[in-house]
Amino acid sequence: MHISEGILSGPVLISGAAMAVAGTAIGLKKIDYDRIVHVAILSSAFFVASLIHINIGPSSVHLILNGIVGLLLGFAAIPAILTALLLQSVFFQYGGLTALGVNVVVMAFPAVMVHYLFLPMIGKSPKLTFLGGFLAGMFAILISSLLLGLALWFTDKNFLETSLTIITAHIPVMIIEGIVTGFCVTFLLKVYPEILPVKKK
Amino acid sequence: MIEEKFASGHSLIHQVDPKIRIIASIVLSFAAALCDNIYIAILYFMISAILITMARLNLQDVIKRLKPVFWFLLMIWIILPVTFEGKIIYQYHWLKIAGPGVMLCLKITIKSITILLIFTALIATMTIASLGNGLHKLCVPDKMVFLLLMSYRYIAVIEEEYKRLLRAAKFRGFSPGTNMHSYKTFAYLVGMLFVRASIRAQRVYQAMLCRGFNQKFHTLDVYQPNRLNSIFLTCILTAGLSLVILEIIWV
Repeated sequence: MHISEGILSGPVLISGAAMAVAGTAIGLKKIDYDRIVHVAILSSAFFVASLIHINIGPSSVHLILNGIVGLLLGFAAIPAILTALLLQSVFFQYGGLTALGVNVVVMAFPAVMVHYLFLPMIGKSPKLTFLGGFLAGMFAILISSLLLGLALWFTDKNFLETSLTIITAHIPVMIIEGIVTGFCVTFLLKVYPEILPVKKK
Repeated sequence: MIEEKFASGHSLIHQVDPKIRIIASIVLSFAAALCDNIYIAILYFMISAILITMARLNLQDVIKRLKPVFWFLLMIWIILPVTFEGKIIYQYHWLKIAGPGVMLCLKITIKSITILLIFTALIATMTIASLGNGLHKLCVPDKMVFLLLMSYRYIAVIEEEYKRLLRAAKFRGFSPGTNMHSYKTFAYLVGMLFVRASIRAQRVYQAMLCRGFNQKFHTLDVYQPNRLNSIFLTCILTAGLSLVILEIIWV
């Protein structure tokens, strides 16, 4: 989910960049040096996971998974996602420099929200764990597409239809991300619970 | 998958200090992004084309890299002219094409291609190691540079892990489709990827500590301060500034 270059207006680009810088500063502050390798390698895993394509009827979508990154990393998700986006733009030219800030806000801020909203549900019971994961995955994409739509709408009110199209187009993605994140969280809790910052009972 | 195709070259651009290139690309990209006049946007496009020529990149590769943007632009060209309000320049039954919509599409097309070309010419022509070095010299926090370099280092490794997991799944007869089983398999695959990444991170960190990691990366490529850097930066800043002034006078 990227906003391309050359579309957004100055105020939107600059406020996006400012928010991204602030978020990254908070995120970096929360990472201490014995966790930084962990964050870095999870951010490469996030990069690789976003290359996985999943069939949906005749077409396919690629995973975004900002929900699970948010659950795992909390505020540290902001610098992690910034890193992955920067590397994506260097390797695949998905975006350039000016929209990077807005894209970080669009992808990473929902991840942080999800961490605080749904992490408490995880580990309570198998059903709640799956539900928490599902909601985290779905909610992250929902908020991301809303933010993306808002960025367009703030640029020009005429973008309303485009924004609505983008949000509608993401509904199947929300469901798939929800399902994948739900199963993924259940799996992580069984196989390697240390990775989730859940408090043990 | 990941190659720094453009990073190995001997053009004039490749010789400029990464730090200078980062500053130049930020200034030029933002100037181009904030420009609202189509004629001036074309001038920015010409600057970016000059930079690409100066970097002596293979044009075919450059165009291939722009492919994702072309898809996006195609979507814009389909939606915007029909949904925009304004003077109708063409009407076919219910289909109305609005003048301002077409104009905006044109502007977005020129600007987005320009910004990406600037990025390709100036940033994609350096290795990630030099990018980290440049960012570090520009006072980007150590931790951020560390994250960038470290995660770049491990992308290829993690991708190899992913391919191995997928191969194992395929050997067991997994064929992806639109069903719950496929989604569950992919979810477990992704989960395993995160688990392996995390365990690897612990190992890597311990190994780094053993080798005396003191929270600093040292860079081996040194860029001598020379006249080329200052000439390049002056040219870019003058070009950007004069176009900004031109746009202000124009309106």
